[in-house]
Amino acid sequence: MAQPERPLSPFMHYRWQYTNTLSILHRITGVLLSACFFLLVYWLAAAASGPDSYAGAMRCLGSPVTQVVLFGGLLAFCYHLLNGVRHLFFDAGRGFELATARKSGWAVAIGAVAIALIAWAVLQSHFGALA
Amino acid sequence: MSLRSPLGRVLGLGSAKGGSSHWYAQRVTAVALVLLGLWFFVSLASLEGSGLDAVRAWLSSPVSSVLAVLFVAVAAYHANLGLRVVVEDYVASKGTRVAVLVAVKFALVVAALVGVLSVLRIAFGAPA
Repeated sequence: MAQPERPLSPFMHYRWQYTNTLSILHRITGVLLSACFFLLVYWLAAAASGPDSYAGAMRCLGSPVTQVVLFGGLLAFCYHLLNGVRHLFFDAGRGFELATARKSGWAVAIGAVAIALIAWAVLQSHFGALA
Repeated sequence: MSLRSPLGRVLGLGSAKGGSSHWYAQRVTAVALVLLGLWFFVSLASLEGSGLDAVRAWLSSPVSSVLAVLFVAVAAYHANLGLRVVVEDYVASKGTRVAVLVAVKFALVVAALVGVLSVLRIAFGAPA
């Protein structure tokens, strides 16, 4: 049976600009956070299992490679949260003016990096060995 | 000219099935996750180190354990809603798409149950 002609999703034929970048980053960070969800569950399961499993999990989470992944996860979390709130405003019909959308987009991008760096520093100093 | 009514031609096509409830659930869980996510990171940052005792003491309090269970459950639900849209957009073949969607759902349900059970086990006093 031949596939009927269906409308294409906007991402298939729009000119590339900052809006696409922010939008695709929302998806990428969402997928990344879904992966990090399994790390969270691993950590919780280790904490429930006992001191030995917990020590093992903290060694694994504290390894340099995992630390890079965790910082990426934190950055993704900040971006996805801020841009998610931006989208909730869009859903409410607010912030669609070009100047406003551009400004909020920049605020999300810069804010995500800034908050992630601060949160990482705070977690390092208070939570110790997430570091 | 088709003898079928315009409505008959579009029924069962496109997203005119359960789209609005998916859309709405995604927003409601998003709002919940803003609050739960902020709570989670503030709690982590206010722990006295990352030792097992500190983590267990935190998750043993009734409010923290309930919020942690909610965080795990709502995050898994929201992840499933979001990944579903991504898979539906990028996986063209119907068979593969359904297989991936089912695999994603299975993985998230198992992970969510492990996470919830772990928090409850700590809340009810996990063995040392």
